[in-house]
Amino acid sequence: MKARVLIRPRAGILEPQGQAVERALPALGFSGVRGVRVGRLIELDVDDPATLPELCRRLLSNPLIEDYEIQTEDPAS
Amino acid sequence: MGAEAPPGLAEAVELGLTEGEYALIVELLGREPVQVELACFSLLWSEHCSYKHSRALLSTLPTEGPALVMGPGENAGAVDVGDGMVVAFKVESHNHPSAVEPFQGAATGVGGILRDVFAVGARPIAILDSLRFGEPAQSERSRYLLDHAVGGIGHYGNSIGVPTVGGEVYFEAPYEQNCLINAMCLGLAPRERLIRSAAAGPDNVLILFGARTGRDGIGGASVLASAELSADDEHKRPSVQIGDPFEEKKLLECSLELLDRGLLVALQDLGAAGLTSSAAEMASKGEVGVDLHVDRVPLREPGLEPFEIMVSESQERMLCVATPDRVADVLAICAHHEVHGTPIGTVTDTGRMRIFEHGEMVGDMPVRALVDDCPRYALDPRKPEAPLYPPPARSLDRGAGAAQTLTALLASANLSSRRPLFEQYDALVQSRTVRRPEQADASVLLLSDPDGREPAPGPLGERPAIAVSIDGSGRRVAADPYTGTVAAVLECAANLACVGAEPLGLTNCLNFGNPEKPHVAWQLSESVRGLGDACRALSVPVVGGNVSLYNEGADGPIYPTPVVGMVGALPDARRAAPLAFQRRGDAIGVIAPLGASLGASELHKLRGEPLPDGLPAIDLPAAVARLTPIRDAVRAGELSSVHDIAEGGALVAIAECCLAGALGAEIELEDDDEARFGEGAVGFVLSGPEPALRALGARVIGTVGGEALRAGALSIPLAELAEAHGALAALFR
Amino acid sequence: MRFGIVRFPGSCDEVDALRAAERVGDATLLWHTERDLKGADAIIVPGGFSYGDYLRCGAIARFAPVMEAVAEHAREGGLVLGICNGFQVLCEAGLLPGALLPNTGVRFLCRQVDVQVENASTPFTWRCERRDTLSIPVKHTTGRYYAPEEVLDDLEAHRRIVLRYAPGHNPNGSSRDVAGVCSEQGNVMGLMPHPEHAVDPLTGSDDGLRLLESMASAARVVGHH
Repeated sequence: MKARVLIRPRAGILEPQGQAVERALPALGFSGVRGVRVGRLIELDVDDPATLPELCRRLLSNPLIEDYEIQTEDPAS
Repeated sequence: MGAEAPPGLAEAVELGLTEGEYALIVELLGREPVQVELACFSLLWSEHCSYKHSRALLSTLPTEGPALVMGPGENAGAVDVGDGMVVAFKVESHNHPSAVEPFQGAATGVGGILRDVFAVGARPIAILDSLRFGEPAQSERSRYLLDHAVGGIGHYGNSIGVPTVGGEVYFEAPYEQNCLINAMCLGLAPRERLIRSAAAGPDNVLILFGARTGRDGIGGASVLASAELSADDEHKRPSVQIGDPFEEKKLLECSLELLDRGLLVALQDLGAAGLTSSAAEMASKGEVGVDLHVDRVPLREPGLEPFEIMVSESQERMLCVATPDRVADVLAICAHHEVHGTPIGTVTDTGRMRIFEHGEMVGDMPVRALVDDCPRYALDPRKPEAPLYPPPARSLDRGAGAAQTLTALLASANLSSRRPLFEQYDALVQSRTVRRPEQADASVLLLSDPDGREPAPGPLGERPAIAVSIDGSGRRVAADPYTGTVAAVLECAANLACVGAEPLGLTNCLNFGNPEKPHVAWQLSESVRGLGDACRALSVPVVGGNVSLYNEGADGPIYPTPVVGMVGALPDARRAAPLAFQRRGDAIGVIAPLGASLGASELHKLRGEPLPDGLPAIDLPAAVARLTPIRDAVRAGELSSVHDIAEGGALVAIAECCLAGALGAEIELEDDDEARFGEGAVGFVLSGPEPALRALGARVIGTVGGEALRAGALSIPLAELAEAHGALAALFR
Repeated sequence: MRFGIVRFPGSCDEVDALRAAERVGDATLLWHTERDLKGADAIIVPGGFSYGDYLRCGAIARFAPVMEAVAEHAREGGLVLGICNGFQVLCEAGLLPGALLPNTGVRFLCRQVDVQVENASTPFTWRCERRDTLSIPVKHTTGRYYAPEEVLDDLEAHRRIVLRYAPGHNPNGSSRDVAGVCSEQGNVMGLMPHPEHAVDPLTGSDDGLRLLESMASAARVVGHH
C-alpha cells in the first residue's frame, strides 16, 4: 500500500527555515503569508500499514522535536 | 547496425554541429551517423570537449618546469612538493549549469573538480572557488545566484570532508546574465600512486562504478556548455545534474583504495559528456578501441535509449580499466564501500568505439575521428574600435573626500569582507589549514600525508607546507587583456610570496564570450599571450586548465575573465606571514605597485568612469625580481605582516591590515588619489622592524597602533572601518 | 589507553579525530558494520554526515551495528564522546538528552568560538578548571541544542551542562548557550564544537587537547577494560 508520512516541526519549536521563507516572500511580491513552517514528506510503499506508527516513532521522526502524520490511500485502513 | 534511419543534418545542427562538421563526420564514417553516433560526435566536437577554437592558443603556453610531474591532458596536472609527495590540481568552470540552477550547478561543479583530482590518484585536500555575479545592489537575481551558489559549494565540500580554504568573488554588471562559477581543487598523493587515464591492454575490462545512470544533464555538454544563454532558461532546468556528496565520498574512498591496492590499469571520471567522453578519451590516449555494452549500465529509471546512456551526465560515476584477473577484486572493494561496480565493456585493438545493446551493435565509430579529427578553427582576432562595455553605474561622487572614499571602497561589493561567505565553508577539516581565508594573502596547508600524518619537523622545528592562491580581475582584463592577465598571474605569485611560498605550477580557467566574434577572439588571444609571458617570466609551468567560451547574455559578452590558480611550497608554515598588523609600534612600509593607475580601478568603478583603452605596461622582469626578496624575508621571519596591494590600492590594503589585526595605524601617504587608490602589480604593505622594511626597499610611512587609521587629515575609527567592511553580511540575511 | 574512533560512510572528521587522539594515547578506527570495539577504552563518535544525513542528522547512524557496541560500552560505564554529528547520533540514540535543530541562521557556519567549562569534574574536563575559556571551532548547519525547559532545568541542577558558549559566542541559537552535555552517569558526553580541530596552535588553537587529555587520563584511572 502506498502511504505518505508528513513530518512537521512540533508546535512551539523555533523553525528558522520557515521563517527564512516567510521573510523572502514580500520581496517577491507575495504579501499576506504567515506561519510558514518547513517539514518533510516521505512517500513509501508498505506491506503492512500497521507498522507505520512504530516506523515513524523509531526512525522517520524524532518525537522530541517533530510530529508525524500518516496518510494512506485507503482511509479505512 | 539497426535499420533505423539516420537522423540527418537538421538534427545535427540542432545539436550544435555545423553543416561542414556534419559533412566531415559522414566522410569519416563513410556513411551518415545513426542517432547514438550523432550524439557522441555532437558532444565530443563541442568546444567544451574539443577546444576547437582554443587549442592552438593553449599550445603556446609553457608546460615544462622542474617540479612538473604531470602536465596538461590528464584529469589534473601535478607538481612535486618534496618528501615523495605530489600535489595535483585543476580549476574548472561550471558557469552555464549554475546560471540555470545555482545551488546544484555550483555543487556539481565542486563534485566534478573533486573527481578530476581523485581520478589521478590524489586525495582532495582543498577547494577554492572563483565567482562572478552581477551587481548585488541592483540585482535581486544576482543576490539569489550568489546565495545559492555559495550554498551549493558549501553543501558539497562540507559534506564530503574537503575544506574550502579560499577563493574570490567579484560583482560586475557584465556578469548579470552569465555568472561565473569556477572551482579549483588540490589533491595530495605519494608520487608513485599517480595514475593516468590511458586505457591499455586488449581484453582488459572497463568497469563503471558509482551512482546509477539517469537522464541528468542529457545534452548538457553541447546545449548547456556551448550555447549562449537566452533570457528564458526555465525549460533547461530538468536537465541540470543533481549532486550527491555522500555518494561521491564513498566513490572517493573506493577509488583511492583501488589504487592503493594496485588493482587498476587506468582511471577516469565521468564529467561533461558522460560515458562518451570518458571512454573515448581513455581509448584515444591508449591508442586502443573499446566495446561498450550499454544494457549493462545500471540505470536509475528504466527505458533509457542507448544515446541517453552514452551522453547522460549523472554525477558521481567513475570508469576504470582492470585486467580480467583483477575484476573480482575490484568489485569486492566496490561492495565494501557500498558502491555499485559493473563491468560494461572491454578494451580492444580495433581503434574503434563500438556500442552494443543486448549483443547487437548500435554504434561504431573510429576513436580518432571522435577525439582527434574535430576541425580546428582559426580565430579572427580584431581589437574592437569602440568600447565593448558601458561605463559602470556611478555610486560615489567625484568630489567625495578621502574618508568617505575609503569607507565607500571598503563597503563596496568587491572589497568588503568575504567573511559571510567563508563562514559557510568548512575550512578546517583534514587539519592542514594554517592560514584560513582572510588571515593571509594565500591559503597555507600543512604538508601532512594523504592519511593526515605530518612528517617529523625539520631540525629547527620547520613544518613544510604548500600555499595556494586564485585570482583574476575581469575588469582590468577588459581594459587591457594582455596586461590585465599578466597582472592576475603576478597577483597570485605575489600572494604566494606574502606567505613565503615559491610558485611551482599554475592552472587556469579561461572564461570568455563567443570566440567566433573577432573582438572576443582578440580578448582571448591577448589574454593567453599575457598568461604565457607571465608564466615564462616566473618560470612557472601551466599544468592544465579549462576553457569556458560563449559566456554571453543579451547585452553582450562577460568581462574576459582568465582565472588563475597557483600552487607553491614553503619550508616552514610557522613563518607564513599573516596579513594582519600584529604589534603596536611596528613600522609600516609600502612598496608601491608597478604601473599603478586609476584606470579600471575600483575607485573609478565607483565613480562611474568608463574603462580605459589599455593599462600602463608592467615591467615583467622588474615585477618578478620583486618577489624573491619578499619571499626570503618572510621565510627568515623578518616581517610581522605582509599584504599585497590589490583592488582598491594602497590605502585600502592598509585598512585591511588594520581591520584584520584590530589595530590602528598612523601613516603619511601622498595626498592624491593615485597614490592612495591606484592599482598596479606586485605592491606590498609590510609591517615589522624598520630596518627590515628598508632593506626590502619599502618606503616607511608610519607606525602600527591606536584605535583609528590616521593619514594626515584623514582619521577614521576602526569601528567605522569595520562597519563599512562588513557590508556584505546584509546580502545573507 | 586506547581510543576507538567510529567511522560511518559519510564521516568527515574521523581521521582528524584519530590523529588528535594519537597525541594523547593509542587510537584506532572502528568501521560501522563491526560490533568489535577492538579493546578501545574510550569511544569517539566523530563529525561528518553519517550516511549522508539525508533523513535527519544522526538518525540512521544510531542503528549501525557499531552503535550497539558503543551503547553497551556506555552502559558499562565506558567513556563515549560525540562530536558534532556524533553528538547528534548520541542524542538520536537516547544516550544523551535533547536534540539538535537547524541553526537559527539556517546556514552552515564555520567559526572559532569561545566555550566556557561549566563542570570541570567530568572525565572529559577534569584537566580544566571551572570557568576556563576554551577556543574551539564549530562547523555545522544543525547545531542548535534543544531540550524541553524542565529537562534543561534538570540538566543545570545536576551540572550536566558541561560546556556553554561564552557570552556573545553562541553560534546557532542553542538553548541556554549549551555547547556540550553529559549523561546522568557522566561517562557519555556530546558537544557541537570540534576539539579534534583544536590540537595545534599552528592550525588555530590547542585548547581542545585538554578534553582529549582528560579522557585519556580518566580512562586510565577507570581502567574500563
